[in-house]
Amino acid sequence: MILILKDAWTIASKDLSNEIKTKQTIGMMVIFSSLVVLIFSFAFDPTNNMVKAVIPGLVWLITVFSGILGLNRSFLSEHENDALTGLRSAPIDPSSIYLGKVLANFILVTAVQIVSIPVLFLLFDYRFFGKVSWFILVVIIGTLGFIIVGTFLAALSANAKNSEMLLPVLLLPLLSPLLIAGVQATRIILENEVIADASSWIRLMAAYDLLFLAACFFLFEFIMEGS
Amino acid sequence: MLELRKMTKMLGDKLVLRNITLSLEKGEVLAVIGPNGAGKSTFFKCTVGLLQPTSGEILLDGKLVKKNTAEIKQRIGFLGHESFLYNNLSPLENLKFYGKLYKVKDLDSKANALLKEVGLYLFRDMPIRSFSRGMMQRLAISRVLLPDPDILMLDEPHTGLDQEAVALLNQIIKKKRDSGTSILIISHDFEQVHALADRAAVLKKGKIVSTKLLGEEVSLAEMKTWYESEVKSS
Repeated sequence: MILILKDAWTIASKDLSNEIKTKQTIGMMVIFSSLVVLIFSFAFDPTNNMVKAVIPGLVWLITVFSGILGLNRSFLSEHENDALTGLRSAPIDPSSIYLGKVLANFILVTAVQIVSIPVLFLLFDYRFFGKVSWFILVVIIGTLGFIIVGTFLAALSANAKNSEMLLPVLLLPLLSPLLIAGVQATRIILENEVIADASSWIRLMAAYDLLFLAACFFLFEFIMEGS
Repeated sequence: MLELRKMTKMLGDKLVLRNITLSLEKGEVLAVIGPNGAGKSTFFKCTVGLLQPTSGEILLDGKLVKKNTAEIKQRIGFLGHESFLYNNLSPLENLKFYGKLYKVKDLDSKANALLKEVGLYLFRDMPIRSFSRGMMQRLAISRVLLPDPDILMLDEPHTGLDQEAVALLNQIIKKKRDSGTSILIISHDFEQVHALADRAAVLKKGKIVSTKLLGEEVSLAEMKTWYESEVKSS
């Protein structure tokens, strides 16, 4: 297992150093999420109380839609010079390719969230009364679940002709339990309600993450065989 | 060293490889030649472990390739049609990345030495996206040589190389053979096959139809005649 994690980190650091050099994907993700926040800030009047109800949904909306942009690129870049075959012929476990991609995508999406969520609060003039640590925990668990499923489906759809359209069509229905739980938990925390109310949603998200991580980890080898 | 026993591969409902039985000895250069669509690339992918044969066995020193994938992949260096390299990374970064995956010891000095050997040392820190096909192929060759594999599998390695690079590659192949590395080459270039191979096998319609020992006594013209007669007759 340590070897798998070590190889995964090698692949993730290659992807991240590639991204640091080109800034193609992260730039696109940050611009997209900022634009979404900006448009919604015009669409909803920030003085209106209704905004409070919209914020939790917006946190996940910008995460998912900007994240999909990154997920689409994550395996397409491996098709350049058929580098994926190079990885497959290397003496590594196929699941380390998957874990490496999960790690790289998670770091990218988290970096985008670090920029876009404060911008969201700022443009909506939202005063944060909830517990920051719980909010961060919910965002991390939710993002991880999204990346776990998204990376797997990105690998699955990378061989298709219209992979950029296929990924959201496959991904969004599968994400619905995670997103419902994520929005509910975020709402409870942001409204500074009793944390115990959010704990069942957080548990649901954690169970989702574990279940899909295990399934994707073992099924990834079969996707690679077909590519 | 490497042994294929009755290997068959079906892709969809098409039988691409039929009962292939072939062996590669230590320090031998075996060339697999054949017309387009004969199944050469599928044969290679099955041998490397990228595709699972539908039936039959692949043994490396008596061990089944299917069951010891990582351990066996460590011993095989695979040069495919494409370079498997990342365009945004420099030659040194590409080699270091693959070196880490192959757990190469003393990676820095080995990567630099290989870059010097293939004549890319001066370009070591440049992103490879601007490299010519020949330079990419040189780097791909150094990627394959980096983990010092026991078996080299080279799929049309001379494609896109200039005369100087062809001479360099042949020199590397001969040096590796002399040090005991077994080499399997797929090529359409009869001159190179004749210059390098100890034995040639003709693959036609997914079947090995004939094999021939090539030595100094077998001329290029003789080899071509043998190939043409085997392809026409079977």
